[in-house]
Amino acid sequence: MARSLFDKLWDAHVVVPESEDSPAILFIDLHLVHEVTSPQAFAVLEERGLSVRRPDLTQATLDHSTPTLPAGADGRLPYATEAAEKQVHQLESNCAKYGIDLLGLDDARRGIVHVIGPEMGLTQPGKTIVCGDSHTSTHGAFGALAFGIGTTEVGHVLATQCVLQRKPKSMRITFEGALSPGVGAKDMALAMIAQIGADGGQGYAVEFAGEAVQALSMEGRMTLCNMAIEAGARVGMVAPDETTFAYLEGRERAPQGEDWEAAVARWRELPSDPDASFDTEVTVDASAIRPMITYGVSPDAAAPVTGNAPAPANDSEREAAEYMRFVAERPFAEAKVDRVFIGSCTNSRLSDLREAAEVMRGRTVAEGVTALIVPGSEAIRQQAEAEGLDAVFTRAGAEWRLPGCSMCIAMNGDQGQPGELVVSTSNRNFVGRQGKGVRTVLAGPATAAACAIAGHIADPSEYMSTEARDAA
Amino acid sequence: MQPDPFKRLEARTLVVRQSNIDTDQIIPARFLTTTTREGLGKSAFYDWRYTGDDQPKNASPFPVAGAGERQVLVAGPNFGCGSSREHAPWALLDYGFRAVVSSDIADIFKSNALKNGLLPVEVDAETHAALLERPGVAIAIDLEECTLTTEDGIAASFTVEPFARRCLLDGVDPLGHILAHDAQIAEYEAAA
Repeated sequence: MARSLFDKLWDAHVVVPESEDSPAILFIDLHLVHEVTSPQAFAVLEERGLSVRRPDLTQATLDHSTPTLPAGADGRLPYATEAAEKQVHQLESNCAKYGIDLLGLDDARRGIVHVIGPEMGLTQPGKTIVCGDSHTSTHGAFGALAFGIGTTEVGHVLATQCVLQRKPKSMRITFEGALSPGVGAKDMALAMIAQIGADGGQGYAVEFAGEAVQALSMEGRMTLCNMAIEAGARVGMVAPDETTFAYLEGRERAPQGEDWEAAVARWRELPSDPDASFDTEVTVDASAIRPMITYGVSPDAAAPVTGNAPAPANDSEREAAEYMRFVAERPFAEAKVDRVFIGSCTNSRLSDLREAAEVMRGRTVAEGVTALIVPGSEAIRQQAEAEGLDAVFTRAGAEWRLPGCSMCIAMNGDQGQPGELVVSTSNRNFVGRQGKGVRTVLAGPATAAACAIAGHIADPSEYMSTEARDAA
Repeated sequence: MQPDPFKRLEARTLVVRQSNIDTDQIIPARFLTTTTREGLGKSAFYDWRYTGDDQPKNASPFPVAGAGERQVLVAGPNFGCGSSREHAPWALLDYGFRAVVSSDIADIFKSNALKNGLLPVEVDAETHAALLERPGVAIAIDLEECTLTTEDGIAASFTVEPFARRCLLDGVDPLGHILAHDAQIAEYEAAA
């Protein structure tokens, strides 16, 4: 019987099949752990006298609560609160106690959990990957079955290397046609969410397919899969291909030598069979997508940046419009920007930073605008600095920070002020997500950079060279 | 840690009509630096309950003191979307809710809620619309029968994933269930 990528991934990891009474017991190949959603899970191990079953399949990093500013003159890191510092130390001691490899604060590989997995070559086609973090869908870009779990389930995986899961329904979202120049993966994600809704993918594992998806770099595919959860889908994935293999080859934790050849041969069998069927099929016209922004407080409230703010159609939209203060039927470009954040597990990779730098090069951040650029990992920070991107940003008047989740979740002290309009390359425009009363506009890196330069909502195409637009 | 068994709940409703109430609303991220799961009720819907300088908001639908007899939260569609933080059901439970009713509830939140004894109840659109119009109505939610009824005649049935339902009704421990399959897990590992 013809099987989809998802079917193949699922079937290969069933330890005990699902029945009417019980969900399947599914084996997990890679468990990623960070400081925020793990302490209570380790506490359960302690309470029940259990150990970590497979520390060798577990990788921890520090990202959510960590400062993005360096240590002060006293040698102390500027944690937002004592609790944040305690949480970091808690993960350090839990990892030491249970023999889990932790990318500590001084590790040259440390970074955002969904950036370091791929970067180290831990994220591979065919794996099941979980993390106590909804954006775990990011890793699906490699043809892995990756999804976010709660803290109770983090405890289950630590103790048993398994989760209890019912098989979700399957959806294929096909992007037909090619993207226009200057349009990127973030724009595809926002256009897709606007089309199917913030709960359009609920209950589904989504495979992204089509010409425009195949043409994306791994970074672009990660951005797209990262945002699957913003359409309500826990799982987003892309079939592995030459682009995937080229990205992984030679990475620290990727298979080497003969193992590499064998792995690639296995991975080539993963893509959906030509006649595989899906519970739901959706098509998106990729050629019609323009640079996108959000104007509401849910990621599906997205529209082309060059357009006008729509008039609210119901109570929820009216409330969102009042909060966001876009004027109905007036161009988005009339809205003044206070702050710009370029970073997060959605858009903090080298290609994202290059895209933003292309817009900012030789220009100056508008007066009154604060721009924060936060690389996704130490490795990206070093590469960016080697290319001189940090200098492009700082000369423009932007701040270049240390890696972490930073203003995406705003729990490390990096945040906006009440009432500010923040253009952000992150994934959620929820009320107060980036600080109390902050109005968040989601966008891709080029658009966010253009907004920083213009001081208002701006179309990035006016700031990009032809070559850069073709490359984006 | 096993949640209290859940068989039948008789309480009143608290209604928030908004769609897409995300887990950042349920508990803002700045409260996630905790390393325990206790005492999060004070942070539940914090920015809906308190002003920027931590003063109680008069117009908040959420009483400062807690849910009281309004143990059933009725909310707009796509409740619990966003982050996977289990702090969201922990906070709602500690605040005093025992069930959430909506037309659809986000997957990860639903899974987290069930593991903690906060019953997510998804009802048909008509029942949902009727409940949104009746804040404070007396409601009975019966997990054994999988029915929801109100004092003024609304009656609906709902489904709960059978294993999670058994865990709640009979106190089955999900981690114990996986651990009981240790031999199969070892066999899987050996074959891998």
